Amino acid sequence: MSEHVEHAEHAEHEVNYVKVWAILLCLLVVSILGPFVGIKMVTLITAFGIAIIKAYMVAKNFMHLNIEPRYAIYLLLTMLVFMLLLFAGSSPDIMKHQGRNWVKPLVHSQAEAPAHH
Amino acid sequence: MRPIATTRTAAGIPTGRLAVWWVLASEIVIFGGLLVSYIMHRIARPEFGAHAAHTNVWIGGFNTFVLLTSSLSAVLAHKAAVGGDGPKAAKLLYATCLGAATFLAVKSVEWTIEISHGYTITESAFWSFYYTAAGLHALHVIAGAIIMLIVAETAKRNLELHRVELIGIYWHFVDIVWIFLFPLLYIAK
Repeated sequence: MSEHVEHAEHAEHEVNYVKVWAILLCLLVVSILGPFVGIKMVTLITAFGIAIIKAYMVAKNFMHLNIEPRYAIYLLLTMLVFMLLLFAGSSPDIMKHQGRNWVKPLVHSQAEAPAHH
Repeated sequence: MRPIATTRTAAGIPTGRLAVWWVLASEIVIFGGLLVSYIMHRIARPEFGAHAAHTNVWIGGFNTFVLLTSSLSAVLAHKAAVGGDGPKAAKLLYATCLGAATFLAVKSVEWTIEISHGYTITESAFWSFYYTAAGLHALHVIAGAIIMLIVAETAKRNLELHRVELIGIYWHFVDIVWIFLFPLLYIAK
């Protein structure tokens, strides 16, 4: 417990929470205004790039992951890797209609339907 | 007297906090699976963008502001608990609960408007994802607020102050999930 308190006290001296919150709000405003520029790449950066930055700031400054033993970070990163594995494993089946040795019968039947009429 | 299990773990992390990290690890898989599925369908189906155009970015933005602010009060409650000021920590936790209630009230109004316009959970794949993801998140907000009220009750008597940090870590995670839900459901149109 004393280690925990020491870590927390260390964090108190280092972090100005109100300042972090103000930066988060500024980033929120940028992410809302981004789409008004009308450029898709700008929207992607201001929406998802800023979301990653905001999540990092909350994890580091509010959850104090920067001063937590590495065990916790490795634990959370392992779960994020599982997310990527899910994407890598199932995205071809969801995002494509056919592959080298497979097709989606439903999609094909829908595509061919107008030709029969 | 505090049980010894709350003070020692092989990981070098107090047991209560370690348990919260494990809870969050399982939550990453739950929300991560949902969000990854959404992203795959969003990329594969351009019509998702047209459906997303009916969500209100200002309402979503306001709720993001509410959750970020509630995260601030949660971390300030932790700071007060570290300083041994239980009553102040409890007040800040109540303020965080107020943020949770505001978030849920706004969400209720938003859903009422959307459902009254015919955008129900069975309307399309987008709206199915929308209600499932936002609804699951809202359930976590409700659970967090209930636990926070319980923690605040003991904290204001200067008891079990380490719990203030534990519920705070959970609350920041709920905030992070919303940080990703907001652009996915409200901005990417």
